[in-house]
Amino acid sequence: MFEIFGVPSQALFGQLLLGLINGSFYALLSLGLAVIFGMLNIINFAHGAQYMLGAFTAFFLLQYVGLGYWTALVIAPIVVGLTGIVIERAFLQWLYRLDHLYGLLLTFGLALIIEGVFRNYFGSSGLPYQMPEALTGGQNLGFMFLPNYRAWVVVFSAAVCLTTWFVIERTKLGSYLRAATENPTLVRAFGINVPRMITLTYGFGVGLAALAGVMAAPIYNVSPQMGSDLIIVVFAVVVIGGMGSIMGAVVTGFGLGVVEGLTKVFFPEASNTVIFVIMAIVLLIRPAGLFGRRA
Amino acid sequence: MERVDPLTAPAAPAATARDWSEPIAFAVMVAVLVIAPFFVYPLFLMQALCFALFACAFNLLIGYVGLLSFGHALYFGWASYLAAHAAKVWGFPPELAILTGAATAAGLGLVAGALAIRRQGIYFAMITLALAQMMFFFALQAKFTGGEDGIQAVPRGKLFGFIDLGNQMTMYAVVVVIFLAGFLFIHRVIHSPFGEVLKAIRENEARAVSLGYKTDRYKLVAFVLSATLAGVAGATKAIAFQIASLTDVHWTMSGEVVLMTLVGGLGTVFGPVVGAFVIIAMQNYLNVLEQWVTVIQGVIFVFCVLLFRRGIIGEIAHALRIRL
Repeated sequence: MFEIFGVPSQALFGQLLLGLINGSFYALLSLGLAVIFGMLNIINFAHGAQYMLGAFTAFFLLQYVGLGYWTALVIAPIVVGLTGIVIERAFLQWLYRLDHLYGLLLTFGLALIIEGVFRNYFGSSGLPYQMPEALTGGQNLGFMFLPNYRAWVVVFSAAVCLTTWFVIERTKLGSYLRAATENPTLVRAFGINVPRMITLTYGFGVGLAALAGVMAAPIYNVSPQMGSDLIIVVFAVVVIGGMGSIMGAVVTGFGLGVVEGLTKVFFPEASNTVIFVIMAIVLLIRPAGLFGRRA
Repeated sequence: MERVDPLTAPAAPAATARDWSEPIAFAVMVAVLVIAPFFVYPLFLMQALCFALFACAFNLLIGYVGLLSFGHALYFGWASYLAAHAAKVWGFPPELAILTGAATAAGLGLVAGALAIRRQGIYFAMITLALAQMMFFFALQAKFTGGEDGIQAVPRGKLFGFIDLGNQMTMYAVVVVIFLAGFLFIHRVIHSPFGEVLKAIRENEARAVSLGYKTDRYKLVAFVLSATLAGVAGATKAIAFQIASLTDVHWTMSGEVVLMTLVGGLGTVFGPVVGAFVIIAMQNYLNVLEQWVTVIQGVIFVFCVLLFRRGIIGEIAHALRIRL
């Protein structure tokens, strides 16, 4: 045990880790928002609700089917991603030629519906979700205690973010995606099915949100409103990072999580608001965002 | 499919001859407001009128400048807190309490607006939402707001020292006057040369800039006006209902005012009023379905965006080929 600026190392590193965990969720969610915005030009307000759906799917799988965490980690994103594909076909596809704001309004409505339905059946209190057997316990690193599950969340979400970045920026499929973002008409003329790509992109982004939800389930309780407050913070993260770059979204997400964790140690009253304050400062100094290009 | 988009296209054809539809509609509205308290609960009417003014203020931004603020609860809620605090703790008379609330909203609108107009479109909506959420947390933590309890038992007091607002009908009359004053003020703004510039910015900001207009200043002034009027609505509500609470600063309230305006008709003069009455009536009279209200609101959002983008008043105006 030692102290840094009068704060015991245990508390400092503990909060730093919590910050990294929050940062993992910010990164995964803002990554999904950025991918969806790139292709669909829609800000997906339902992203928080879909994150919550992921957590609930994991909960249902365990409760009613008896399938545990590892299966849920695969199945929940697929199931919720499929609902995303249905949403895109049924609703979003009619909005592409209109002002962007209609997409925001429509997905806001969807979020109200999804969260309202779950609140009616499951109340506002959280439901506990069992941590997977293999990841209970933790390591004593000398300066702090590292719970295995939390380490897993940070490592795994970083891996997912890097994979997504690699697929989009470094593969053939990704180059189609980026080209279709720049000029859909031209890409269509080359014989690529752009509407299907758009549908799958939305499904993928929604799946990422659900994946984050499954990972969050053992840490936070599974509750209907777990996504609604989080999504507003993620919006601020997206404003700070700018949605132009995948890596930018990931770095900003993790970074802001850490900053939030540090604020909890040194100035706990501001921990809820620090990200919004940073957003205001970034808007003053770099209006286009840290990684954004001036439109 | 017909491409109906009142956000970027003018909702109605420009009137050629002297157009009497707006004055007639206004006269009908005033007449209804005079007769209504004899048939409907004045408390319901006051609630609907406060939200109607709130929605009109919001519509000034979305309908005439094309800016979607997703954080208007910030001005509504904080004005209601300050008005309630001024009336209860400082002992201000109601007119000064409402002015205090409005001034608070104007100040907040100036700061938030100056930040938000640095980005366009979708980012603007996210910034306003995030700033409103920040101030929600302040309201949650600050001592004077009373946290979860809010500020209760706010005295209505005596207007100008001699009009006792304890009487329900007197209070109703005052709310009607405040609403009509706000409504006419907005009408004046959007039909002024200033309002024409706002519409030009909505249609094509780049061109407005190239014509030499400092569009950022116009946007900021419109934002502050909108925030101030939202504040007047919130402060009036705090005095009339004698309570200020967290509900009014929460993001769900920001969503509700968007819904009211959307249902009534974006960019129409009377739409937000009708939309506010529809949504408030729904909340009050469908209380059998209490826990489903959020879901129903969500369904209305989806329905309006997909199939009913002109809103109630917008559709009527379109069918009759008039401006409302």
